[in-house]
Amino acid sequence: MKLTRRDFVKSNAVAAAAAAAGVTLPGIKTAAAADADGIRWDKIACRFCGTGCSVLVGVKDGQMVASQGDPDAPVNKGLNCIKGYFLPKIMYGKDRLTQPLLRKSGGKYAKDGKFEPVSWDEAFDVMAEHWKKAIKKSMEENAGKPVDKMTSRVGMFGSGQWTVWEGYAASKFMKAGLRSNNLDPNARHCMASAVGAFIRAFGIDEPMGCYDDLEHADAFVLWGANMAEMHPILWSRLTDTRLTKPDSEVHVLSTYEHRCFELADNGMVFIPQSDLAIANYIANYIIQNKAYNKAFLDQHVNFTKTPTDIGYGLRPEHPLEKAAKNAGKGKLSKISFDEYAASVAEYTVDKAHEISGVPKDKLEKLAKLYADPKKKVVSYWTMGMNQHTRGVWINGLVYNIHLLMGKISEPGNGPFSLTGQPSACGTAREVGTFCHRLPADLVVKKAPHRAFSEKIWKLPEGTLNGKVGYHAVLMHRMLKDSKMNTFWVMCNNNMQAAANMNEESYPGWRNPDNFITVSDPYPTVSAQAADLILPTAMWAEKEGAYGNAERRTQFWRQQIKAPGEARSDLWQIMEFSKRFTMEEVWPAELLDKAPEYKGKTLFDVLYANGEVNKFPVQEVKDTDGNVYENDEMALFGFYPQKGLFEEYRLFNSAPDIIKKGHEMADFDTYHKVRGLRWPVINGKETLWRFREGYDPHVAKGEGVKFYGKPDGRANIITAPYEPAAESPDKEYDLWLCTGRVLEHWHSGSMTRRVPELYRAVPDAVVYMHPKDAKKRRLRQGQMAKLQTRRGELVARVETRGRNRTPEGLVYIPWFDAHRLVNKLTLDATDPLSKETDYKKCAVKISRA
Amino acid sequence: MSDSAKSKTKGVNRRQFMGDMLKTACGVGLMGMGLGFYANKADALPAMAIRPPGALPEDEFLGACIRCGLCVRDCPYDILKLGQLGDDVPTGTPYFTARTGPCEMCEDIPCIPVCPTNALDHSLTDIRDSRMGLAVLVDQETCIAFLGLRCEVCFNICPIRGDAITLEYQHNDRSGKHALFIPVVHSDACTGCGLCEKACILEEAAIKVFPMHLAKGELGKHYRIGWEEKENAGKSLVAPDIEHQYNLPEGVRYDLQGEGLIIESKEDAELPISSNPLDTLNRGLEDK
Amino acid sequence: MAKQLEVGVEAIQAKGWFGAHKWLILRRISQLSILGLFLLPALPGYQSATDAGALASFWNSLLEMWPALENMKVVKGNLAASMTLDVIPLTDPHILLQAILAGVEPHKDAIIGVIIVIGFYLLVSGRVYCSWVCPVNMVTDAASWLRRKLGIKSSSRINRSTRYWMLGMTLILPLITGSIVWELFNPVSMMFRGIVFGLGMAWVLILGIFLFDLLISKDGWCGRLCPVGAFYSLLGSKSPLKVVAAKREQCNDCMDCFVVCPEAQVIKPALKGADKGLGPVILSSNCTNCGRCIDVCAKDVFNFGKRSSDEVGMNNVSDSTAQQH
Repeated sequence: MKLTRRDFVKSNAVAAAAAAAGVTLPGIKTAAAADADGIRWDKIACRFCGTGCSVLVGVKDGQMVASQGDPDAPVNKGLNCIKGYFLPKIMYGKDRLTQPLLRKSGGKYAKDGKFEPVSWDEAFDVMAEHWKKAIKKSMEENAGKPVDKMTSRVGMFGSGQWTVWEGYAASKFMKAGLRSNNLDPNARHCMASAVGAFIRAFGIDEPMGCYDDLEHADAFVLWGANMAEMHPILWSRLTDTRLTKPDSEVHVLSTYEHRCFELADNGMVFIPQSDLAIANYIANYIIQNKAYNKAFLDQHVNFTKTPTDIGYGLRPEHPLEKAAKNAGKGKLSKISFDEYAASVAEYTVDKAHEISGVPKDKLEKLAKLYADPKKKVVSYWTMGMNQHTRGVWINGLVYNIHLLMGKISEPGNGPFSLTGQPSACGTAREVGTFCHRLPADLVVKKAPHRAFSEKIWKLPEGTLNGKVGYHAVLMHRMLKDSKMNTFWVMCNNNMQAAANMNEESYPGWRNPDNFITVSDPYPTVSAQAADLILPTAMWAEKEGAYGNAERRTQFWRQQIKAPGEARSDLWQIMEFSKRFTMEEVWPAELLDKAPEYKGKTLFDVLYANGEVNKFPVQEVKDTDGNVYENDEMALFGFYPQKGLFEEYRLFNSAPDIIKKGHEMADFDTYHKVRGLRWPVINGKETLWRFREGYDPHVAKGEGVKFYGKPDGRANIITAPYEPAAESPDKEYDLWLCTGRVLEHWHSGSMTRRVPELYRAVPDAVVYMHPKDAKKRRLRQGQMAKLQTRRGELVARVETRGRNRTPEGLVYIPWFDAHRLVNKLTLDATDPLSKETDYKKCAVKISRA
Repeated sequence: MSDSAKSKTKGVNRRQFMGDMLKTACGVGLMGMGLGFYANKADALPAMAIRPPGALPEDEFLGACIRCGLCVRDCPYDILKLGQLGDDVPTGTPYFTARTGPCEMCEDIPCIPVCPTNALDHSLTDIRDSRMGLAVLVDQETCIAFLGLRCEVCFNICPIRGDAITLEYQHNDRSGKHALFIPVVHSDACTGCGLCEKACILEEAAIKVFPMHLAKGELGKHYRIGWEEKENAGKSLVAPDIEHQYNLPEGVRYDLQGEGLIIESKEDAELPISSNPLDTLNRGLEDK
Repeated sequence: MAKQLEVGVEAIQAKGWFGAHKWLILRRISQLSILGLFLLPALPGYQSATDAGALASFWNSLLEMWPALENMKVVKGNLAASMTLDVIPLTDPHILLQAILAGVEPHKDAIIGVIIVIGFYLLVSGRVYCSWVCPVNMVTDAASWLRRKLGIKSSSRINRSTRYWMLGMTLILPLITGSIVWELFNPVSMMFRGIVFGLGMAWVLILGIFLFDLLISKDGWCGRLCPVGAFYSLLGSKSPLKVVAAKREQCNDCMDCFVVCPEAQVIKPALKGADKGLGPVILSSNCTNCGRCIDVCAKDVFNFGKRSSDEVGMNNVSDSTAQQH
C-alpha cells in the first residue's frame, strides 16, 4: 500500500503512541488461530439484499480465499443465494480503483478534462476548494434567515449499503457540520414509501414483525414483491412453509407473472396502479361482511383521510403538477368509521375487477383470506408498492386491511416491507441519512428533535438546519438548475440508478457550475460521469455493521486490506472534515455561541468531540484470539467505529429521549452475536413490536399499544385509486416496468465482475408477450429498440424466460451498464415519499 | 523380333502386368482395411461434442454427412464447428460444445434446410422436437441447489423452462426452515441445447449435456408402463374390475381405487341413532 | 539435366514471361478465387463502412430487401457441397456417390448441385477440377517444380492405374461400413475445408503429400493415387474442350512439354502420333487441361480447341487412345 508522506507521518505517530501504551497494533501480529488449511474464518453479513444472511469468510495471506453460508445464522442456516455464493469474488474485479482520479487538463482540474491519477491530498484539496466556495455562497444566501429557511449548495448522496457508522458519520458531517440537509440515501429510490407509511400509520419506522412470521403464518400475500428472486433465502423459507404446513396459501399480486407465480395458489396479474383499487376492495369486503375486529378498532385505531389529487412529484412547471389540486399535500384529518366505510364503499368487486383486470373469483378469494379471522396472514412487498407514485397510499391501504382485522403485531400476522438493501433499515433509516431526518426517527422539521440532537452532538443551539433538504430526485434537478453545486456520491451508482438520466441526472452532473465526486471501488457509470473519483474500500475491507429488514443489527470485523490507496467511506468523510475550519462552515454568530470551537476544524468538533474519539486504539480480537486490522483506527488514532456507534446509541438511550423504541445493545456485544433485533432492552431482543409480552414497551394489561403515536393508536388512512403519471397511449403503446434479477445486485457493478454470474445472465433482455412481439415483427432473441419520450435503447427480446408479461406490458431489468434502462424511465415520484416510480411509464418498441 | 520372342515378352509383360495389378490391389486393399479400422475408431464421438439439431443417429450421420460445412455457415450464433484432423471429432463433421457455445434454439432452425444430404433431418421443423443430446444433472453433491442454496440458473436459462427443466420443492431437513429447489430434467422435453451447461455457475458444470445414447436409459423391451398404457388406451387393457364387497364393521367403508379403508369420523358416529326414523321405529321387527 | 533446369526458357524468350506463364497464372487465379469466394462476405466493405458513404447506404437498401445478405458469404460451405448467394447449389459427385453408397437419400439441392457439377465437367473435361479448382494442385505443382530445381530423379514406380483401385476402395468402404470413410482422410477436401473452416492437423497430411511428390514419386499423388482425380477423369472422356497439338509439325523436340506435364503419357499420341494416324487432339481423359504445355512451348504447338477440331481420323483412334489411361 502506498502511503502519502502525510499518512506516513501520521501512522508512525500512531504506532509510536501505541507502542508507548503497550498495545500491539493490528497488522503487526498475524493471526493466532486458523484452520488446517491455514484459513482464518470469521462472520460477516452478506453484502447484498435486505435479507441479511450471515456468511463465514476465510482469509489466508491477506486474501479472501473462501466463504460459506453461516450454519449458525438464524436467518439463513448456512445457505446462500447465487450472489452470496460468489461473495469473495466481488472484491477482486480486475478493474478495482486503487487511487484517486481527477479530471484534468494541462495539469489542472478541468470539468472537461481527462481522468488522471492524483494523490489523496490533491484530490481533497481540489474537492475542498469547490465545497468551500459553495458553502460560502450558501452562508451569504442564508445570512439573516431563520434555521428553518436555510438552503445549501452542497449535497451528498449516500446509501443503504453504507455501514451503520458510515451513515451516521455522514449524517453528522452534513447536518451538524455543514448545516446542510442535502443528504439523501439511495433508499429514497427503495424504501421511502414504506418509511412514510410506517410513520404515518404507526409513528415509528420499520416492520413490527420478523422473519419468524414466515413459519407462523397460514397465508402469504405478495403485493408487488418478486421474493423468489430478490429475497431468495426468505422465499426458500416461505416455500418450505407452503410445502410443509397443511392448508397454507400463497397469493401473489403483480403486473406480470414472475417466479413467485410458480408457487402461487392465487396468482393475480393486475393493470399497473390498480393495486390501490384492489386494496380498497378488500377493505370494503371486510366492512360489508362485518368481518372487521371491532374491539381492536375501538381500542387501537384512529380513522383518517389524506388529501387527494396530489400530483406526481414532477417539476412544478409540469402540466400534471399544475393540474393537481393538492400537489404534494399529505396532512391527515380525522374521520369516523362510517366515513371511512363510505369512502371505500364504491370499491365493489365489479369496480376492482374493471380497474385491475383481475378475475373476480381471484379477487374474492384474496378478500376472503384477509376476512377470515382464523387465517394468519402476512403481507409482503418490496418495490412494487414502494416505487409507486402513490406509494405511501398503497402501503397505508395494506396496513388498513391488517388493522381492520387486527391481524398485526403477532406471530404470523402483520404487514412486512422487505427492504431491498443490506442496511436500508440499519443505516439509511435508523441513523438519519434522509434529507428530512435525524438519527432514530427524529426529523429536522421539529425544533425539539433538533434541540435533542444538538445536545447529543454538543452543538450550540440553532446549529441544525430546520428546512428539509433536497431529496434524491430533487438533487439532480437542483444540480441541473445550478442551485446545488457540489455533490458527493458514495456507495452507490446513482447515474445508472436514477430515473430520467438523459434529461435530469446527466445534464446535472456535467453542468460546468458543479463539482461531482464519486466514491466507488469500480469505474461505474457514475464514476464515468464524475469529476473526481475516490477509490473505496468495500465490505470486508473495513469494520462494518448492517441492519436487515427484520430490525436485526449485524457486525463484522475488517477481514482484509483494500487494494492500493483505496480507503473506506468512513475514512473519506472523517478525513475530508479536517479540510474545514469552523469559521469556513459556520457563521460568526453561531460560533459566538460556542467560542471553544473557534479555530478548530470540523473534524475536531464532530469526531474528536470526546465521544467519537472516546475509545483508544485497541486490538480487535475474536474469541479464538485472531487479531484483525482496523485501518481507520490505525489512521485516526482512536476506534472511530465504536465511538460513532456508542454516540449514536445516545439517541436511543439518553434519559430524555423523545422517541423510545430503538434501543440497541452495546458495540462489543454485537461483535459476539449473529445479530440482534431491536429494540434490545436488558440484552433481550424484540421479535414482535407493539404486542404485550413480546415488546417491553407495552405494559402489562395494555395488550397492543402503537406507542409511536402519542395516543397509542395506529392510523387507518383512506385513499382512493388515482391513475399513474404516464400511461400507454397510441404512440407509446406499452407499459414499461423495470426491476432486478436474482443473479445481479442492483446496477451490477459488483456481480457483473464475477465471471460466472456474468455468464449466467450477461445482458438485460426485454421480456415481452409473444403476441406483442409478433405484432412488431419481432421474434425471440432478436434485437428490439425501446423508446420512451425520454430516451431509447436496444435489447434482446425474450418471450419465454422467467418473467411472463401480459399483453401490453414489457419488463426489463436495470443491472446492465451497457443498457442504461433509466434513460427510458420517468422521474415521477410519490409526492409524499419522493420515491420514484420505476415501474410505470409508456414505451414503444420496434425492430432494432 | 521373332514371333516367339514377341510372344514370350508378351507373356512376361502379361505376367508382370498381372503381378503389378495384384500388388496394387493388395496394397490398396490393405490400405482400405486400415482406413476402415481407423475410421471405426475415429468415428466414436467424444461425449462433450454435440451434433446440430436434427442430426441422424451417429452411425447414420457419418454415412450421410458429406462434411460440407453449410450448417456451420448458416448458424447465426457461430456455435457450430467442423471437426479437424487431430480432434476427437470425426474430421469435417459439425458439432458444438455446450459449455462454451450451446445451441440457442432458433425457431427457424437455419442449419437444417441447407444440409444437402438429410444428415440433418429436414423433417424437423419445430426446434422443440430436436434431440441433440440430453441434459443430465451429473453431480448432486456439488450442485448448489441440492445444498439448499438459491441458484436455479439452469432452470431459468432453459428455453423450454418448465417442461425440460422443472423445479421440485423439497423440505430442507438440515435447516428445518428452508425449501430446496431441485432442478429436474425431463427427457421428453429436453432438446440437449446445452444452455444450462453453459450457464452453470460451478467451476465444472454439475449439469451437462451428453449425446442421447450416453445419457438415456432404456426400459427392457418387454416392459410397458401400466398407467401410461391405460391412459393411452383410455381404458383398462383387460376387462374392468368388478365391484368388490367387504366384511366391514359399521361406520367403516372401503374405497378400492382411492384411499382404501375409510373410518367415518366419530362426530357422525356420536349419536347412536339413524337419520331414518323408520330404523328406530322398526327396530326388532326386521325378521318378522 | 541442364536442359531440364531450363524448362520453358525458350518459351520465355519467344513469348515473354507472361506469355510463357499465361495459363499457369490463370489457373492460380482460378484456384485462389474459388477459395476466396468461400471466405469473402457477400457485401464487401459493409462491415467497415457502417457509418457513412454511398456504398453503405446502397448496401443498407439492399439489406432491407434481402436481410440475410448481411452475414452471407458469396459461397457457403466447401467443395463437398456449397451454396452460392443462397441460390445455386453445387455438390461434389464423388462424395455424394459415397454418401449414397452409405445409404443416404440425397436432398433436392444436392441432386441439382450434382447435376450442375457433372454437366459442367462433362463439358470442360473432368480433370479440369484437378488443375483449376483443387487446392492440392498448388502443393503438388510446387513439389514438382522443386523436384526439377533440385534435380531429383529417383521415383518409385507406382502404377498410374493405382488411382482407380483407390477409387474403387473409396466406394466399397461406405458400402461395407455405412460411413463415408474416405472423407476422414481425403487430403483434397481436407485442405480446402481446412483453409475455409480451420486446418487442425491437416497440414501434416498436406506436407506429407508434398514430400511424397518431392522425394518419393514424381507426380505421385495427383497422377497415381488420388481417387478424386480418378473419379473426375471418368467425366472427361467425351468432353469437347481439349488441348490440341495443332502445329505439331513445328515441334522442335525440346521435350519441355513432357517435363512439365503432370500426366506426361497423354501428350505422346497427340504430338508424335501423326505416323500412326493419332492426334493432334489430346484425347486422354487424364489430361487435366492445365495448359502448361501451351505455356512452355516456344513454337506454339499446342492450343485449346474442340475435340472435333482436328482434321485427322479422330474416330479411328479414339478407342486406342482411351487405353492409354
